[in-house]
Amino acid sequence: MIKIENITKTYGSATVLNIANLEIPKGQSFGLVGNNGAGKTTLFSLMLDLIQPTTGHIINNGVLVDECEAWKPFTSAFIDETFLIGYLTPEEYFYFIGELRGLNKADVDALLPGFEGFFHGEILGQKKYLRDLSKGNQKKVGIVASFIGNPEVIILDEPFANLDPTTQIRLKGIIKDLANNREVTVLISSHDLIHVTEVCERIVVLQKGETVKDIRTSTETLKELEAFFAGPA
Amino acid sequence: MLKHFLSLEWKSFFRSASFKSNLGIKILMFFGALYFMAVFLAMGVGAFYIIKKGGWGDPLEVFNQFLIYYLVGDLYLRYMLQKMPITNIKPLLYLPVEKNQVVAYSLGKTVISFFNWSHAFFFLPFAVVLLIEGYNPTGVIAWQLGIMALIFCNNFINVLVNNKDQIFYAVLALIIVLGACQYFNLFNITQYTAPLFNALYQNPLTALLPWAMLLALAVSAFTYFRRHMYLDAGLASKKSVAKTEDYTWLNRFGNLGTFLKNDIKLIKRNKRSKTSVIMSFFFIFYGLLFFSGSVSAYDGPVWKIFAGIFISGGFLFSFGQFVPSWDSAYYPLMMSQNIKYKEYLNSKWFLMVIATIISTILASFYLYFGLDAYLAVIVGAIYNIGVNSYLVLWGGAYIKTPIDLSSNKKAFGDKQAFNSKTLLLTLPKLILPLGFYALGHYLINPTAGYIFVAMAGVLGFAFKNKVFKRIEHIYKKEKYKTLAAYKQKA
Repeated sequence: MIKIENITKTYGSATVLNIANLEIPKGQSFGLVGNNGAGKTTLFSLMLDLIQPTTGHIINNGVLVDECEAWKPFTSAFIDETFLIGYLTPEEYFYFIGELRGLNKADVDALLPGFEGFFHGEILGQKKYLRDLSKGNQKKVGIVASFIGNPEVIILDEPFANLDPTTQIRLKGIIKDLANNREVTVLISSHDLIHVTEVCERIVVLQKGETVKDIRTSTETLKELEAFFAGPA
Repeated sequence: MLKHFLSLEWKSFFRSASFKSNLGIKILMFFGALYFMAVFLAMGVGAFYIIKKGGWGDPLEVFNQFLIYYLVGDLYLRYMLQKMPITNIKPLLYLPVEKNQVVAYSLGKTVISFFNWSHAFFFLPFAVVLLIEGYNPTGVIAWQLGIMALIFCNNFINVLVNNKDQIFYAVLALIIVLGACQYFNLFNITQYTAPLFNALYQNPLTALLPWAMLLALAVSAFTYFRRHMYLDAGLASKKSVAKTEDYTWLNRFGNLGTFLKNDIKLIKRNKRSKTSVIMSFFFIFYGLLFFSGSVSAYDGPVWKIFAGIFISGGFLFSFGQFVPSWDSAYYPLMMSQNIKYKEYLNSKWFLMVIATIISTILASFYLYFGLDAYLAVIVGAIYNIGVNSYLVLWGGAYIKTPIDLSSNKKAFGDKQAFNSKTLLLTLPKLILPLGFYALGHYLINPTAGYIFVAMAGVLGFAFKNKVFKRIEHIYKKEKYKTLAAYKQKA
């Protein structure tokens, strides 16, 4: 589904990302871990054509991301609060995203009850604009919005951070469901090794912009990752 | 303690992102500031002689008569523009600093604001002229001190009523009613206020009164903030009750409607965009300066077109020139969602066209000045729709200043909006239509002038698709730079 070819990103003399080759097949649930500054958000931003690669290409379902916009209809993402429109209510925001993805109000209304448990009664019908919601609740809105319109690729940057425990557990459930549906490719990054090993079938470790591990998740994966991040004793 | 506060202040000023604009613009701004100081000085000196020469009566008394409007106007400007000091308090709350000190400091900061001392450029020369012209020195000094106290009173009134929209709009409505009453000789507020200001001069001791008022206001502002210095009280940002709105009638426009819905909400729900729309409303009355013949410099026939362009294009200029910037807070979303640049630009263009048409209809009262005047407005509107709407969108691609929708800061001009490219683009926006008109007016006749300008507009309209492709290309080219620039909060 997604092919990364010789991608590098340099700012001045500092190379922040350098991936020679990485392929993510359709339907895979893909986890990206790494310390701060490892290049996780840079990689996701490149996939969304928000920054320009210094060299190389990313190909999303046959579309060269930095040259053509045809990847947009089947790709959705939530990176940070710059993906939210502060002066809209959550409902209006969902309708807006829905309309951009060809769903009318009724379609979106039919979709939202499925996320009632995830929202925990704090999102819908609150008479609040997104800018006035707490950080955690804003995140819930952004994550759910990325599920609207049956996207084939979903990119979530640190979806578990800032969420309360209940919502984290429910989000894991949602991502697992998506992963079982072999039509959807889910890409998430996380600092929480437990969450990421639980929901992702493949985990790639980035360090200083380079892939240092590419693991098919198994029962030993968590230990392996913990040992890696603990560093040499 | 004060030393720490001052060093923080110093750093926040010199390290702010907007300060790092290039040297040329700084120099330009410096000369701009000098220019305004000179204008104020000249006005201060000149006001006396103009009033005297005009034979309207004793200059000081005439001045006092209108002083109430001056003070209210000042309050209005402050409300719109002066930044409130409380925003930077938060990080200090839990540090070992006495709350009294923090409050005193942040209120003290408002006292040295530009909004207070800039008035001196006007009042001091006026007072000096009064002294030269043989007015009673004690009286003049008392008057001067009294007015000064009133201006500082405004400062604290503004601190107290800031963010209380109801009070503000009520006061604004009252002023408009009173002004209208005075204009139509129904009721004249200045008859009641002028004696108060005159008293400052005639009876110097009364000057103590405004100072007492100032003291009372300062103390109440202090106690108010001291009492409300909690995150959920005085320091809380105002939250409004949200209402979900559908605007289903816009659905018929398809994707265009989706964006229009969003833009209407953007304008309705954010302070900054509301200000822009209100400003564009005032542009409609700008033409009065031209058509009523009150400013002789604007009497040339070519200026009619200039007026016409501003009257119909207020929204186009005040909103349109910041087009991608309005969406700066969520630009990454717009760039990664299922949105085509063309649709996005088209919706903004459509909004400007609708606003231009509405302005033109609202401006139909210019018919009072003759068909010729209104014709200039209509021709201006055609040019705005056909040419300027593109130029504004084009220029927008180069203005990479993120807009903070919730604050009015910089609503009246931003130094980064003046880079060389946008300056170059103002040329065809304003000068070119004047040239077209002059060509027709002086070579053939005034009607030909109108036709020339309108033709340019119609021609531009016909080439819409071509021009849009070009603009789209520029937006695409600037995309990454724009995204990066919006990331740095101003």
